[in-house]
Amino acid sequence: MSFRDDLIHGERGLFKPDTLTPMQKITLRFVVMGLVFYGFAVIEGMIMRLYEVKPLPFVSEEQFFAILTAHPLVGIFGSTYSLVCGAFLFLVPFLMKKPLWSVKLANLTWIFLAVGTLTFWGAGFLTHYAPLYTLYWPLPADFEQFSVIGGTVFILGIAIVMVGTAFFIINVFKTITYTPEGWEKQPAGALLGSALGLSGFRNLFRKQKEEHLVPLPVAAIARGTVDMALNSTVILFTGVLILVYMVAALAGVDLSHTAVDALLYKNWFWWGLDLIADGLVLIFVAGTWYLLASLITGKPIYFQNIARAALLVELVVSWTVWSHHLLSDQAQPAVLKVVSGEMVTAFELITQGLAFFITLATLWSARPLKMTNPLKFLLGGLLGFALAVPAGIMQADAGLNRILHNTQWIVGPHVHVAILVGLTMTLYSAVYLLLPILTNGAELWSQKLADLHFWAHLLGGIGMGAFMGMAGLQGMLRRSLYVQGEFGGYMILAGLSGALLLLAFLVFFFNVVMTLGLKGVLGIFTPSKIATKDLVPAA
Amino acid sequence: MVDSSVVLFGQTLAYTLYCVAMISLMAWFAYRVTQAGAASVVKPGVFYTFVGFLAVLGVSLHIITYNTIPWAPMDLDRGAYTPDRTFSITVADHRFQLPAEKLLIECGETVLFDVTSADLTYGFGLFRTDHSMVFQMQVVPGHRNDILWKFEKPGVYTIRSTEYSGPAGTSMILEDAVEVGSCEQTVASSASHNG
Repeated sequence: MSFRDDLIHGERGLFKPDTLTPMQKITLRFVVMGLVFYGFAVIEGMIMRLYEVKPLPFVSEEQFFAILTAHPLVGIFGSTYSLVCGAFLFLVPFLMKKPLWSVKLANLTWIFLAVGTLTFWGAGFLTHYAPLYTLYWPLPADFEQFSVIGGTVFILGIAIVMVGTAFFIINVFKTITYTPEGWEKQPAGALLGSALGLSGFRNLFRKQKEEHLVPLPVAAIARGTVDMALNSTVILFTGVLILVYMVAALAGVDLSHTAVDALLYKNWFWWGLDLIADGLVLIFVAGTWYLLASLITGKPIYFQNIARAALLVELVVSWTVWSHHLLSDQAQPAVLKVVSGEMVTAFELITQGLAFFITLATLWSARPLKMTNPLKFLLGGLLGFALAVPAGIMQADAGLNRILHNTQWIVGPHVHVAILVGLTMTLYSAVYLLLPILTNGAELWSQKLADLHFWAHLLGGIGMGAFMGMAGLQGMLRRSLYVQGEFGGYMILAGLSGALLLLAFLVFFFNVVMTLGLKGVLGIFTPSKIATKDLVPAA
Repeated sequence: MVDSSVVLFGQTLAYTLYCVAMISLMAWFAYRVTQAGAASVVKPGVFYTFVGFLAVLGVSLHIITYNTIPWAPMDLDRGAYTPDRTFSITVADHRFQLPAEKLLIECGETVLFDVTSADLTYGFGLFRTDHSMVFQMQVVPGHRNDILWKFEKPGVYTIRSTEYSGPAGTSMILEDAVEVGSCEQTVASSASHNG
């Protein structure tokens, strides 16, 4: 077939959207939207990388900080949440061997995530609302610097995303516990207990052990979803608080900022935000590693019961580590700095280290393995967290934090290596693995492009993190601008690495479009012609 | 007191070595896992040893830094120290207001920087002329933000806000605002006192 035929109909015309079930279509919609927003985040990131080398004449400082505000939120909510929600809404029923509780709610989930993301992104783009994702009080309500209308729309966009998140949470827990029509009554309480780890905890004190009713990856999804529910509540509450100030300002009333204690607010908000970074991301990733390892090898997970217990420990740890973000806040009580900020945070080294070891041991038990796309991206994801977690543990130290906080070290070797190399490569592994299942056997257009995708992403991600980290160790701050070329050398190298990441994304996106064809991609968004609750068409 | 640049050098070295080792390990694993050989289950002893290693590493990192980074214990127990000099600094409307145009410090002095914000959350950091950081802290409105630091090297330092406070905050830089006098003078003066 010609290039033109592939572009329109996909690789050898293998992908036929008319054959897709509603669940396959919905999952693919999540994937497409996730990739589109990832593209937003990569392009924004590249603009900022160039700006750090030399300020761009067509981007004002206000626009730069608006991009800096939108960039992580688009990356997390628009891209990662879309990919994760889509994958898990497919995998939970797949692993539980029963239909999803509500296909309609799943459809609404991706729509709310996409509309909410476009709303806050648009507000930031048009009005330069830029309090950053940290929203340190009273900056989000500083209407001398920011447009109150822009801020109101921005916060509404975030709220829409949180509602979409709530739909996902309800759907996951209902799918685990409900009884499908015509089925024998399901033990909802026992299923929930197993998913959350209560039965496993009780087993510690019993001679006769309870059977695990849900598979290990579902347990990980359920526990990560608990953190998702908690952080959504915190973010929504904070949004309402900020909206109160905005509505008052629109009504001409100037509310006192001192009515809100800035340090208490910072503790509260970081507690919620950290449930993403140090909670659901780590738990979801561990669960995804286990699932990928078992699917790639066809073998049971090594030390499965310990893996389950570690997921529960990680959940509890994620509720108690927020204070490592406040090690440089001098009014923060020393006991919180030491216990929550340092000691409990160090547990993440153990829980994530366990997940790393268990995944590698599971892969090892099935050698020799073929170096497929899912396997190589999984190994890349494992490497990403192996590099990023210790970097985080180092900065979560009272002594080292004094000279690392808010430098490029935090956002380079820790944040970007964790997200781009660790998390994103894990998600890519899942996408490559699920692609044939979701498309009823479509084949990748080019393996060479998949290889280029892997190497450009891996080297770009590690390289960017490394050069940002080197600049950070030399004193370069994040959330700041250096217009005299003070760290020009490092920033040029970080920019080149960023360009590799952009190339990797473009190559991957092109490969996916050529695999599915433009007609195929559009067909994903039309209603399914198959009236079934099954995940994939009956054989 | 050991200079923060020495601590940063140690950290750079340790983390670089770790990264090289980890990347090598993963490359080795990626190669070996595709090679023919008997599929084997990792022995539980190896697993438990690894878990023990992680636990020891996680806890010992903080114990080691507490005992080797000189400002760590002083910082967590600031109230127990009497500073040789105190500078009260106010921040408002994206501007630092210093008690004097230049903050002069004698070599060897322990200095308390007491910074108050009248409006937003800011940062307060001291930087060397090569832009590297000496230390930083957050400056939260409505709370006391103080940091104790012992200066044992002569030098001129720049004050810079280390926290984002809106686009206007990017210009919160006071070049050469802090000067630490020559340590030779201090040594000579202390010798003459003793004499």
